[in-house]
Amino acid sequence: MINLYEVRETNQMIEQDNLDVRTITLGISLLDCIDADLERLNEKIYKKITTTAKDLAATGKAIERDFGIPIVNKRISVTPIALVGEAACRSPEDYAAIAGTLDRAAKAVGVNFIGGYSALVSKGMTTGEEHLIRSIPEALSRTDRVCSSVNVGSTKCGINMDAVRLMGEMILKTAEYTKEQDSLGCAKLVVFCNAPDDNPFMAGAFHGVTEADAVINVGVSGPGVVKHALEKVRGESFEVLCETIKKTAFKVTRVGQLVAQEASSRLGIPFGILDLSLAPTPAVGDSVAEILEEIGLERCGAPGTTAALALLNDQVKKGGVMASSYVGGLSGAFIPVSEDQGMIDAVQAGALTIEKLEAMTCVCSVGLDMIAIPGDTKASTISGIIADEMAVGMVNQKTTAVRLIPVIGKDVGEMVEFGGLLGYAPIMPVNRFSCDAFVNRTGRIPAPIHSFKN
Amino acid sequence: MKKTIITVVGKDTVGIIAKVCTYLAQNRVNILDISQTIVQGFFNMMMIVDTGEVKSFDNLSSELEQIGEEIGVVIKCQHEEIFDRMHRI
Repeated sequence: MINLYEVRETNQMIEQDNLDVRTITLGISLLDCIDADLERLNEKIYKKITTTAKDLAATGKAIERDFGIPIVNKRISVTPIALVGEAACRSPEDYAAIAGTLDRAAKAVGVNFIGGYSALVSKGMTTGEEHLIRSIPEALSRTDRVCSSVNVGSTKCGINMDAVRLMGEMILKTAEYTKEQDSLGCAKLVVFCNAPDDNPFMAGAFHGVTEADAVINVGVSGPGVVKHALEKVRGESFEVLCETIKKTAFKVTRVGQLVAQEASSRLGIPFGILDLSLAPTPAVGDSVAEILEEIGLERCGAPGTTAALALLNDQVKKGGVMASSYVGGLSGAFIPVSEDQGMIDAVQAGALTIEKLEAMTCVCSVGLDMIAIPGDTKASTISGIIADEMAVGMVNQKTTAVRLIPVIGKDVGEMVEFGGLLGYAPIMPVNRFSCDAFVNRTGRIPAPIHSFKN
Repeated sequence: MKKTIITVVGKDTVGIIAKVCTYLAQNRVNILDISQTIVQGFFNMMMIVDTGEVKSFDNLSSELEQIGEEIGVVIKCQHEEIFDRMHRI
Protein backbone atom coordinates (compact mmCIF):
# COMPACT_ATOMS: atom_id res chain seq x y z
CA MET A 1 0.00 0.00 0.00
CA ILE A 2 1.12 3.56 -0.68
CA ASN A 3 3.00 5.07 2.23
CA LEU A 4 3.31 8.56 3.63
CA TYR A 5 6.81 9.04 2.21
CA GLU A 6 5.67 8.33 -1.35
CA VAL A 7 2.66 10.59 -1.03
CA ARG A 8 4.87 13.40 0.23
CA GLU A 9 7.35 12.90 -2.61
CA THR A 10 4.63 13.16 -5.26
CA ASN A 11 3.00 16.18 -3.68
CA GLN A 12 6.33 17.91 -3.24
CA MET A 13 6.99 17.46 -6.97
CA ILE A 14 3.64 19.10 -7.70
CA GLU A 15 3.70 21.86 -5.10
CA GLN A 16 7.37 22.84 -4.97
CA ASP A 17 9.00 21.58 -8.17
CA ASN A 18 6.29 22.66 -10.65
CA LEU A 19 5.41 19.17 -11.86
CA ASP A 20 2.47 19.55 -14.17
CA VAL A 21 0.71 18.14 -17.15
CA ARG A 22 1.58 20.85 -19.62
CA THR A 23 -1.13 20.10 -22.11
CA ILE A 24 -3.93 17.79 -23.11
CA THR A 25 -4.06 18.28 -26.84
CA LEU A 26 -7.03 16.98 -28.78
CA GLY A 27 -6.10 16.19 -32.36
CA ILE A 28 -9.02 16.55 -34.75
CA SER A 29 -9.03 15.49 -38.39
CA LEU A 30 -10.66 18.04 -40.68
CA LEU A 31 -10.31 15.90 -43.80
CA ASP A 32 -14.05 15.21 -43.78
CA CYS A 33 -14.74 18.97 -43.85
CA ILE A 34 -13.13 19.51 -47.25
CA ASP A 35 -15.46 21.40 -49.60
CA ALA A 36 -15.00 23.45 -52.75
CA ASP A 37 -17.15 26.23 -51.29
CA LEU A 38 -15.24 28.40 -48.81
CA GLU A 39 -18.26 29.40 -46.75
CA ARG A 40 -19.45 25.81 -46.38
CA LEU A 41 -15.89 24.71 -45.53
CA ASN A 42 -15.70 27.27 -42.72
CA GLU A 43 -19.07 26.18 -41.36
CA LYS A 44 -18.06 22.53 -41.37
CA ILE A 45 -14.72 23.24 -39.68
CA TYR A 46 -16.37 25.29 -36.93
CA LYS A 47 -18.99 22.61 -36.34
CA LYS A 48 -16.51 19.71 -36.29
CA ILE A 49 -14.18 21.41 -33.79
CA THR A 50 -16.87 22.72 -31.47
CA THR A 51 -18.63 19.32 -31.43
CA THR A 52 -15.57 17.11 -30.94
CA ALA A 53 -13.95 19.37 -28.35
CA LYS A 54 -17.03 20.51 -26.46
CA ASP A 55 -16.11 18.62 -23.26
CA LEU A 56 -12.33 19.03 -23.46
CA ALA A 57 -11.88 21.97 -21.08
CA ALA A 58 -14.34 20.62 -18.47
CA THR A 59 -12.81 17.14 -18.56
CA GLY A 60 -9.34 18.56 -18.09
CA LYS A 61 -10.57 20.47 -15.06
CA ALA A 62 -12.23 17.40 -13.54
CA ILE A 63 -9.07 15.29 -13.93
CA GLU A 64 -7.07 18.07 -12.35
CA ARG A 65 -9.41 18.01 -9.36
CA ASP A 66 -9.48 14.22 -8.98
CA PHE A 67 -5.73 13.68 -8.97
CA GLY A 68 -4.53 17.00 -7.62
CA ILE A 69 -2.20 17.57 -10.57
CA PRO A 70 -2.29 20.87 -12.47
CA ILE A 71 -3.22 20.55 -16.13
CA VAL A 72 -1.95 23.85 -17.43
CA ASN A 73 -3.33 23.91 -20.97
CA LYS A 74 -6.09 22.33 -22.98
CA ARG A 75 -5.41 22.65 -26.69
CA ILE A 76 -6.50 21.50 -30.11
CA SER A 77 -4.51 20.48 -33.15
CA VAL A 78 -6.09 20.05 -36.57
CA THR A 79 -5.19 18.61 -39.97
CA PRO A 80 -2.76 20.93 -41.80
CA ILE A 81 -5.05 23.64 -43.16
CA ALA A 82 -3.18 23.83 -46.46
CA LEU A 83 -4.69 20.42 -47.30
CA VAL A 84 -8.12 21.17 -45.93
CA GLY A 85 -8.42 24.49 -47.76
CA GLU A 86 -6.81 23.58 -51.08
CA ALA A 87 -10.11 22.91 -52.88
CA ALA A 88 -11.81 26.09 -51.66
CA CYS A 89 -9.09 28.70 -51.35
CA ARG A 90 -8.06 30.72 -54.39
CA SER A 91 -5.90 33.27 -52.57
CA PRO A 92 -4.01 33.88 -49.31
CA GLU A 93 -7.02 35.91 -48.11
CA ASP A 94 -9.26 32.85 -48.46
CA TYR A 95 -6.91 30.89 -46.21
CA ALA A 96 -6.81 33.72 -43.67
CA ALA A 97 -10.59 33.41 -43.40
CA ILE A 98 -10.11 29.81 -42.22
CA ALA A 99 -7.67 31.05 -39.56
CA GLY A 100 -10.48 33.30 -38.32
CA THR A 101 -12.79 30.27 -38.09
CA LEU A 102 -10.20 28.29 -36.12
CA ASP A 103 -9.81 31.22 -33.72
CA ARG A 104 -13.56 31.48 -33.13
CA ALA A 105 -13.84 27.73 -32.57
CA ALA A 106 -10.94 27.76 -30.10
CA LYS A 107 -12.57 30.56 -28.13
CA ALA A 108 -15.96 28.82 -28.19
CA VAL A 109 -14.61 25.63 -26.58
CA GLY A 110 -12.24 27.45 -24.19
CA VAL A 111 -8.82 26.25 -25.37
CA ASN A 112 -5.89 28.66 -25.29
CA PHE A 113 -4.21 27.60 -28.54
CA ILE A 114 -5.22 25.81 -31.71
CA GLY A 115 -2.44 24.45 -33.91
CA GLY A 116 -2.49 23.23 -37.46
CA TYR A 117 -2.49 26.37 -39.57
CA SER A 118 0.19 24.45 -41.36
CA ALA A 119 1.67 23.30 -44.63
CA LEU A 120 3.93 20.29 -45.24
CA VAL A 121 6.18 21.29 -48.10
CA SER A 122 9.44 19.40 -47.58
CA LYS A 123 9.77 18.58 -51.27
CA GLY A 124 7.56 21.07 -53.06
CA MET A 125 4.69 23.50 -52.64
CA THR A 126 1.28 23.20 -54.30
CA THR A 127 -0.47 26.44 -55.21
CA GLY A 128 -2.67 26.08 -52.15
CA GLU A 129 0.27 25.50 -49.85
CA GLU A 130 2.00 28.58 -51.15
CA HIS A 131 -1.18 30.59 -50.62
CA LEU A 132 -1.35 29.35 -47.03
CA ILE A 133 2.27 30.28 -46.34
CA ARG A 134 1.74 33.73 -47.84
CA SER A 135 -1.36 34.19 -45.66
CA ILE A 136 0.48 33.48 -42.38
CA PRO A 137 1.32 37.14 -41.50
CA GLU A 138 -2.28 38.19 -41.97
CA ALA A 139 -3.67 35.08 -40.25
CA LEU A 140 -1.48 35.45 -37.16
CA SER A 141 -2.03 39.18 -36.84
CA ARG A 142 -5.81 38.85 -37.06
CA THR A 143 -6.22 35.95 -34.62
CA ASP A 144 -5.31 35.40 -30.97
CA ARG A 145 -5.09 31.65 -30.53
CA VAL A 146 -4.08 30.22 -33.89
CA CYS A 147 -0.61 28.67 -34.19
CA SER A 148 1.10 28.05 -37.47
CA SER A 149 3.85 25.68 -38.58
CA VAL A 150 5.51 24.86 -41.88
CA ASN A 151 7.56 21.72 -42.48
CA VAL A 152 10.21 22.63 -45.05
CA GLY A 153 12.50 19.62 -44.90
CA SER A 154 12.92 15.97 -43.99
CA THR A 155 15.59 13.30 -43.98
CA LYS A 156 13.65 11.47 -46.69
CA CYS A 157 13.04 14.42 -49.01
CA GLY A 158 15.79 16.95 -48.37
CA ILE A 159 15.21 20.66 -47.83
CA ASN A 160 12.87 22.75 -49.94
CA MET A 161 14.97 25.89 -50.23
CA ASP A 162 12.20 27.78 -52.07
CA ALA A 163 10.06 27.32 -48.96
CA VAL A 164 13.00 28.25 -46.70
CA ARG A 165 13.47 31.50 -48.64
CA LEU A 166 9.73 32.23 -48.47
CA MET A 167 9.59 31.52 -44.73
CA GLY A 168 12.37 34.04 -44.05
CA GLU A 169 10.21 36.67 -45.74
CA MET A 170 7.03 35.54 -43.99
CA ILE A 171 8.62 35.59 -40.52
CA LEU A 172 9.75 39.15 -41.11
CA LYS A 173 6.35 40.13 -42.47
CA THR A 174 4.60 38.52 -39.48
CA ALA A 175 6.90 40.52 -37.20
CA GLU A 176 5.97 43.69 -39.10
CA TYR A 177 2.21 42.94 -38.95
CA THR A 178 2.36 42.41 -35.18
CA LYS A 179 4.94 45.08 -34.32
CA GLU A 180 2.52 46.82 -31.92
CA GLN A 181 2.80 43.74 -29.68
CA ASP A 182 6.59 43.36 -29.98
CA SER A 183 6.22 41.08 -33.02
CA LEU A 184 4.34 38.50 -30.95
CA GLY A 185 2.95 36.82 -34.09
CA CYS A 186 6.32 35.15 -34.66
CA ALA A 187 6.03 33.37 -31.29
CA LYS A 188 3.15 31.44 -32.84
CA LEU A 189 5.02 30.43 -35.99
CA VAL A 190 7.49 27.59 -36.28
CA VAL A 191 9.48 26.16 -39.19
CA PHE A 192 10.20 22.43 -39.01
CA CYS A 193 12.39 19.71 -40.42
CA ASN A 194 11.03 16.17 -39.78
CA ALA A 195 7.90 17.50 -38.03
CA PRO A 196 6.14 14.77 -36.02
CA ASP A 197 2.45 14.04 -36.74
CA ASP A 198 1.51 13.75 -33.09
CA ASN A 199 3.27 16.57 -31.25
CA PRO A 200 0.98 18.01 -28.54
CA PHE A 201 3.12 21.10 -27.87
CA MET A 202 2.56 24.52 -29.45
CA ALA A 203 3.30 26.31 -31.64
CA GLY A 204 4.17 23.26 -33.75
CA ALA A 205 1.21 20.96 -33.05
CA PHE A 206 -0.85 19.70 -35.97
CA HIS A 207 -2.94 16.59 -36.50
CA GLY A 208 -1.05 14.57 -39.10
CA VAL A 209 -2.77 12.87 -42.00
CA THR A 210 -1.57 9.51 -40.67
CA GLU A 211 -3.78 10.01 -37.60
CA ALA A 212 -7.32 8.81 -36.81
CA ASP A 213 -10.42 11.02 -36.73
CA ALA A 214 -9.67 12.28 -33.24
CA VAL A 215 -6.92 11.49 -30.78
CA ILE A 216 -5.74 12.58 -27.33
CA ASN A 217 -2.05 13.45 -26.99
CA VAL A 218 -0.65 14.54 -23.66
CA GLY A 219 2.48 16.54 -22.87
CA VAL A 220 4.03 16.30 -19.41
CA SER A 221 6.72 18.53 -18.07
CA GLY A 222 8.87 18.93 -15.01
CA PRO A 223 12.32 20.48 -15.33
CA GLY A 224 12.03 21.54 -11.67
CA VAL A 225 11.56 17.92 -10.58
CA VAL A 226 14.74 16.81 -12.39
CA LYS A 227 16.69 19.77 -11.00
CA HIS A 228 15.55 19.00 -7.47
CA ALA A 229 16.47 15.30 -7.81
CA LEU A 230 19.93 16.22 -9.12
CA GLU A 231 20.61 18.52 -6.18
CA LYS A 232 20.83 15.37 -4.06
CA VAL A 233 23.56 13.74 -6.21
CA ARG A 234 26.06 16.59 -6.56
CA GLY A 235 29.60 15.33 -7.21
CA GLU A 236 28.47 11.76 -7.93
CA SER A 237 29.54 9.80 -11.04
CA PHE A 238 27.86 9.99 -14.45
CA GLU A 239 26.24 6.63 -13.75
CA VAL A 240 24.48 7.99 -10.66
CA LEU A 241 23.59 11.19 -12.53
CA CYS A 242 22.03 9.29 -15.44
CA GLU A 243 20.19 6.87 -13.17
CA THR A 244 18.68 9.78 -11.22
CA ILE A 245 17.44 11.55 -14.36
CA LYS A 246 16.01 8.31 -15.73
CA LYS A 247 14.13 7.44 -12.56
CA THR A 248 12.72 10.95 -12.28
CA ALA A 249 11.66 10.97 -15.93
CA PHE A 250 9.97 7.63 -15.35
CA LYS A 251 7.92 8.96 -12.44
CA VAL A 252 6.89 12.08 -14.30
CA THR A 253 5.88 10.12 -17.38
CA ARG A 254 3.76 7.71 -15.33
CA VAL A 255 1.65 10.63 -14.14
CA GLY A 256 1.22 11.77 -17.73
CA GLN A 257 0.21 8.27 -18.76
CA LEU A 258 -2.49 8.22 -16.07
CA VAL A 259 -3.86 11.59 -17.14
CA ALA A 260 -3.79 10.57 -20.80
CA GLN A 261 -5.72 7.37 -20.14
CA GLU A 262 -8.27 9.17 -17.98
CA ALA A 263 -8.78 11.91 -20.56
CA SER A 264 -9.11 9.33 -23.30
CA SER A 265 -11.70 7.23 -21.48
CA ARG A 266 -13.74 10.19 -20.17
CA LEU A 267 -13.89 11.85 -23.59
CA GLY A 268 -14.34 8.57 -25.48
CA ILE A 269 -11.47 9.48 -27.79
CA PRO A 270 -8.49 7.15 -28.38
CA PHE A 271 -5.18 7.85 -26.67
CA GLY A 272 -2.38 8.64 -29.11
CA ILE A 273 0.94 9.39 -27.49
CA LEU A 274 2.53 10.79 -24.42
CA ASP A 275 5.16 13.45 -24.97
CA LEU A 276 7.61 13.72 -22.11
CA SER A 277 9.33 17.00 -22.67
CA LEU A 278 11.16 19.06 -20.13
CA ALA A 279 9.36 22.22 -21.15
CA PRO A 280 10.54 25.18 -19.10
CA THR A 281 8.47 28.18 -18.07
CA PRO A 282 9.72 31.58 -16.93
CA ALA A 283 8.84 30.57 -13.33
CA VAL A 284 11.82 30.25 -11.01
CA GLY A 285 12.84 26.60 -10.61
CA ASP A 286 11.20 25.49 -13.86
CA SER A 287 14.25 25.79 -16.07
CA VAL A 288 16.22 23.41 -18.31
CA ALA A 289 19.26 25.72 -18.13
CA GLU A 290 19.27 25.28 -14.35
CA ILE A 291 19.41 21.49 -14.79
CA LEU A 292 22.47 21.89 -17.03
CA GLU A 293 24.02 24.14 -14.41
CA GLU A 294 23.20 21.59 -11.71
CA ILE A 295 24.98 18.96 -13.81
CA GLY A 296 28.11 21.07 -13.41
CA LEU A 297 28.22 24.15 -15.65
CA GLU A 298 28.79 27.62 -14.29
CA ARG A 299 26.34 28.94 -16.86
CA CYS A 300 24.35 27.35 -19.66
CA GLY A 301 26.47 27.93 -22.79
CA ALA A 302 29.81 27.13 -21.14
CA PRO A 303 31.99 24.42 -22.73
CA GLY A 304 30.37 21.08 -21.89
CA THR A 305 26.83 22.39 -22.41
CA THR A 306 26.17 20.31 -25.53
CA ALA A 307 27.41 17.14 -23.86
CA ALA A 308 25.36 17.79 -20.73
CA LEU A 309 22.27 18.44 -22.84
CA ALA A 310 22.87 15.29 -24.91
CA LEU A 311 23.05 13.26 -21.72
CA LEU A 312 19.93 14.90 -20.29
CA ASN A 313 17.89 14.45 -23.46
CA ASP A 314 18.83 10.78 -23.77
CA GLN A 315 18.14 9.88 -20.14
CA VAL A 316 14.77 11.62 -20.28
CA LYS A 317 13.83 9.49 -23.30
CA LYS A 318 15.09 6.30 -21.66
CA GLY A 319 13.11 6.91 -18.46
CA GLY A 320 10.06 7.87 -20.51
CA VAL A 321 9.89 4.86 -22.81
CA MET A 322 9.84 2.53 -19.82
CA ALA A 323 6.87 4.39 -18.33
CA SER A 324 4.56 4.38 -21.33
CA SER A 325 4.27 2.16 -24.38
CA TYR A 326 3.33 5.11 -26.53
CA VAL A 327 5.91 7.80 -26.03
CA GLY A 328 6.01 10.06 -29.06
CA GLY A 329 5.84 13.67 -30.18
CA LEU A 330 9.06 15.47 -29.40
CA SER A 331 10.01 13.95 -26.00
CA GLY A 332 13.26 15.29 -24.59
CA ALA A 333 14.46 18.67 -23.42
CA PHE A 334 13.25 21.95 -24.90
CA ILE A 335 15.67 24.86 -24.97
CA PRO A 336 13.56 27.97 -25.62
CA VAL A 337 15.28 31.17 -24.57
CA SER A 338 12.43 33.49 -23.57
CA GLU A 339 10.56 30.76 -21.68
CA ASP A 340 13.48 29.75 -19.45
CA GLN A 341 14.83 32.03 -16.74
CA GLY A 342 18.20 30.23 -16.71
CA MET A 343 18.60 30.72 -20.48
CA ILE A 344 17.70 34.41 -20.20
CA ASP A 345 20.26 34.87 -17.43
CA ALA A 346 22.90 33.01 -19.49
CA VAL A 347 22.30 35.26 -22.51
CA GLN A 348 22.52 38.38 -20.34
CA ALA A 349 25.74 37.15 -18.74
CA GLY A 350 27.23 36.70 -22.22
CA ALA A 351 27.53 32.91 -21.82
CA LEU A 352 25.03 31.86 -24.48
CA THR A 353 24.97 32.79 -28.16
CA ILE A 354 22.82 31.75 -31.12
CA GLU A 355 25.77 29.73 -32.46
CA LYS A 356 26.01 27.74 -29.21
CA LEU A 357 22.25 27.26 -29.21
CA GLU A 358 22.53 25.87 -32.75
CA ALA A 359 25.09 23.33 -31.55
CA MET A 360 22.79 22.41 -28.68
CA THR A 361 19.93 21.74 -31.10
CA CYS A 362 21.91 18.81 -32.53
CA VAL A 363 21.16 16.96 -29.29
CA CYS A 364 18.01 18.57 -27.84
CA SER A 365 14.51 17.51 -28.77
CA VAL A 366 13.63 20.47 -30.99
CA GLY A 367 15.58 23.52 -32.12
CA LEU A 368 16.23 27.25 -32.08
CA ASP A 369 13.25 28.28 -30.03
CA MET A 370 11.84 31.60 -28.88
CA ILE A 371 14.92 33.62 -29.74
CA ALA A 372 14.46 37.36 -30.13
CA ILE A 373 16.69 38.95 -32.79
CA PRO A 374 17.00 42.55 -34.05
CA GLY A 375 14.03 43.74 -36.11
CA ASP A 376 16.30 44.96 -38.92
CA THR A 377 17.63 41.44 -39.61
CA LYS A 378 17.38 40.68 -43.35
CA ALA A 379 14.88 38.05 -44.54
CA SER A 380 17.70 36.19 -46.28
CA THR A 381 19.65 35.99 -43.01
CA ILE A 382 16.61 34.48 -41.29
CA SER A 383 16.34 32.00 -44.18
CA GLY A 384 20.03 31.18 -43.76
CA ILE A 385 19.52 30.40 -40.07
CA ILE A 386 16.50 28.26 -40.96
CA ALA A 387 18.51 26.39 -43.62
CA ASP A 388 21.29 25.64 -41.11
CA GLU A 389 18.83 24.31 -38.57
CA MET A 390 16.97 22.23 -41.17
CA ALA A 391 20.30 20.72 -42.26
CA VAL A 392 20.99 19.68 -38.65
CA GLY A 393 17.63 17.89 -38.57
CA MET A 394 17.91 16.36 -42.02
CA VAL A 395 21.36 14.88 -41.52
CA ASN A 396 20.78 13.73 -37.94
CA GLN A 397 17.36 12.23 -38.70
CA LYS A 398 15.75 14.24 -35.93
CA THR A 399 13.12 16.91 -35.59
CA THR A 400 14.50 20.42 -35.64
CA ALA A 401 12.63 23.69 -35.62
CA VAL A 402 13.12 27.43 -35.78
CA ARG A 403 11.01 29.95 -33.90
CA LEU A 404 12.76 33.30 -34.26
CA ILE A 405 11.24 36.64 -33.36
CA PRO A 406 12.71 39.61 -35.23
CA VAL A 407 11.43 42.37 -32.94
CA ILE A 408 10.62 45.38 -35.10
CA GLY A 409 12.09 48.61 -33.73
CA LYS A 410 14.36 46.91 -31.20
CA ASP A 411 18.05 46.10 -31.26
CA VAL A 412 20.65 43.95 -29.49
CA GLY A 413 20.63 44.31 -25.72
CA GLU A 414 17.05 45.56 -25.44
CA MET A 415 14.44 43.39 -23.74
CA VAL A 416 11.16 42.22 -25.15
CA GLU A 417 8.19 41.03 -23.08
CA PHE A 418 5.77 38.47 -24.55
CA GLY A 419 3.86 37.72 -21.37
CA GLY A 420 2.56 34.54 -19.75
CA LEU A 421 4.17 31.24 -20.69
CA LEU A 422 5.98 32.91 -23.61
CA GLY A 423 8.09 34.90 -21.16
CA TYR A 424 10.56 37.67 -21.98
CA ALA A 425 13.88 37.79 -23.79
CA PRO A 426 16.98 39.85 -24.41
CA ILE A 427 17.51 40.53 -28.13
CA MET A 428 20.45 38.45 -29.32
CA PRO A 429 23.00 39.45 -31.97
CA VAL A 430 22.91 37.68 -35.33
CA ASN A 431 25.91 37.12 -37.63
CA ARG A 432 25.81 40.07 -40.06
CA PHE A 433 27.66 38.51 -42.98
CA SER A 434 25.45 37.95 -46.00
CA CYS A 435 24.12 34.62 -47.31
CA ASP A 436 22.00 36.23 -50.05
CA ALA A 437 23.58 34.39 -52.98
CA PHE A 438 23.11 31.05 -51.22
CA VAL A 439 19.49 31.64 -50.19
CA ASN A 440 18.53 33.07 -53.60
CA ARG A 441 19.39 29.87 -55.44
CA THR A 442 16.16 28.09 -56.42
CA GLY A 443 15.10 24.49 -55.89
CA ARG A 444 15.95 22.11 -53.10
CA ILE A 445 18.80 20.48 -51.27
CA PRO A 446 18.69 16.74 -52.03
CA ALA A 447 18.08 14.13 -49.33
CA PRO A 448 21.27 12.86 -47.65
CA ILE A 449 22.81 9.57 -48.70
CA HIS A 450 21.82 7.77 -45.52
CA SER A 451 18.13 8.36 -46.26
CA PHE A 452 18.20 5.61 -48.90
CA LYS A 453 17.34 2.65 -46.75
CA ASN A 454 14.93 0.88 -49.09
CA MET B 1 -14.51 0.77 -3.42
CA LYS B 2 -12.83 3.98 -4.55
CA LYS B 3 -9.61 4.66 -2.70
CA THR B 4 -8.71 8.27 -2.10
CA ILE B 5 -5.69 9.71 -0.33
CA ILE B 6 -6.30 12.64 1.99
CA THR B 7 -3.23 14.55 3.12
CA VAL B 8 -3.16 17.12 5.88
CA VAL B 9 -0.09 19.31 6.25
CA GLY B 10 0.36 22.26 8.57
CA LYS B 11 1.17 23.55 12.02
CA ASP B 12 0.25 21.04 14.70
CA THR B 13 -2.74 22.01 16.81
CA VAL B 14 -5.44 20.41 18.96
CA GLY B 15 -8.24 18.57 17.17
CA ILE B 16 -7.01 18.30 13.57
CA ILE B 17 -7.69 14.57 13.31
CA ALA B 18 -10.98 14.93 15.18
CA LYS B 19 -12.28 17.63 12.84
CA VAL B 20 -11.34 15.73 9.68
CA CYS B 21 -12.66 12.40 10.96
CA THR B 22 -15.96 13.90 12.07
CA TYR B 23 -16.49 15.38 8.65
CA LEU B 24 -15.64 12.06 6.96
CA ALA B 25 -18.02 10.12 9.22
CA GLN B 26 -20.85 12.54 8.47
CA ASN B 27 -20.27 12.02 4.77
CA ARG B 28 -20.11 8.22 4.84
CA VAL B 29 -16.43 8.06 4.04
CA ASN B 30 -14.76 5.00 5.59
CA ILE B 31 -11.17 5.40 6.80
CA LEU B 32 -8.98 2.44 5.79
CA ASP B 33 -5.62 3.60 7.11
CA ILE B 34 -4.07 6.57 8.88
CA SER B 35 -0.43 7.43 9.28
CA GLN B 36 0.99 10.55 10.77
CA THR B 37 4.35 12.12 11.47
CA ILE B 38 5.94 15.44 12.35
CA VAL B 39 8.44 16.68 9.71
CA GLN B 40 10.50 19.78 10.51
CA GLY B 41 7.92 20.85 13.06
CA PHE B 42 5.04 20.38 10.65
CA PHE B 43 2.14 18.03 11.14
CA ASN B 44 1.91 15.54 8.24
CA MET B 45 -1.01 13.13 8.05
CA MET B 46 -2.10 10.77 5.33
CA MET B 47 -5.38 8.89 5.28
CA ILE B 48 -6.42 6.22 2.86
CA VAL B 49 -10.21 6.39 2.65
CA ASP B 50 -13.00 4.82 0.65
CA THR B 51 -14.98 7.44 -1.28
CA GLY B 52 -17.07 4.85 -3.13
CA GLU B 53 -20.30 6.24 -1.62
CA VAL B 54 -19.44 9.90 -2.11
CA LYS B 55 -21.69 11.55 -4.68
CA SER B 56 -19.50 14.50 -5.58
CA PHE B 57 -15.72 14.25 -5.25
CA ASP B 58 -15.52 17.92 -6.12
CA ASN B 59 -17.70 18.87 -3.11
CA LEU B 60 -15.73 16.58 -0.80
CA SER B 61 -12.47 18.17 -1.91
CA SER B 62 -13.69 21.74 -1.53
CA GLU B 63 -15.36 21.16 1.83
CA LEU B 64 -12.23 19.51 3.22
CA GLU B 65 -10.14 22.37 1.83
CA GLN B 66 -12.43 24.75 3.66
CA ILE B 67 -12.11 22.84 6.95
CA GLY B 68 -8.34 23.00 6.44
CA GLU B 69 -8.49 26.76 6.08
CA GLU B 70 -10.51 27.06 9.28
CA ILE B 71 -7.92 25.15 11.34
CA GLY B 72 -4.87 26.53 9.54
CA VAL B 73 -3.71 23.42 7.66
CA VAL B 74 -3.69 22.39 4.00
CA ILE B 75 -5.95 19.45 3.15
CA LYS B 76 -5.75 17.73 -0.23
CA CYS B 77 -7.87 14.92 -1.67
CA GLN B 78 -6.46 12.87 -4.53
CA HIS B 79 -7.48 9.61 -6.16
CA GLU B 80 -5.01 6.90 -5.17
CA GLU B 81 -3.97 6.11 -8.76
CA ILE B 82 -1.62 9.08 -9.13
CA PHE B 83 0.59 7.71 -6.34
CA ASP B 84 0.21 4.11 -7.44
CA ARG B 85 1.27 4.91 -10.99
CA MET B 86 4.25 6.93 -9.92
CA HIS B 87 5.64 4.57 -7.30
CA ARG B 88 4.55 1.07 -8.40
CA ILE B 89 5.42 -0.79 -11.58
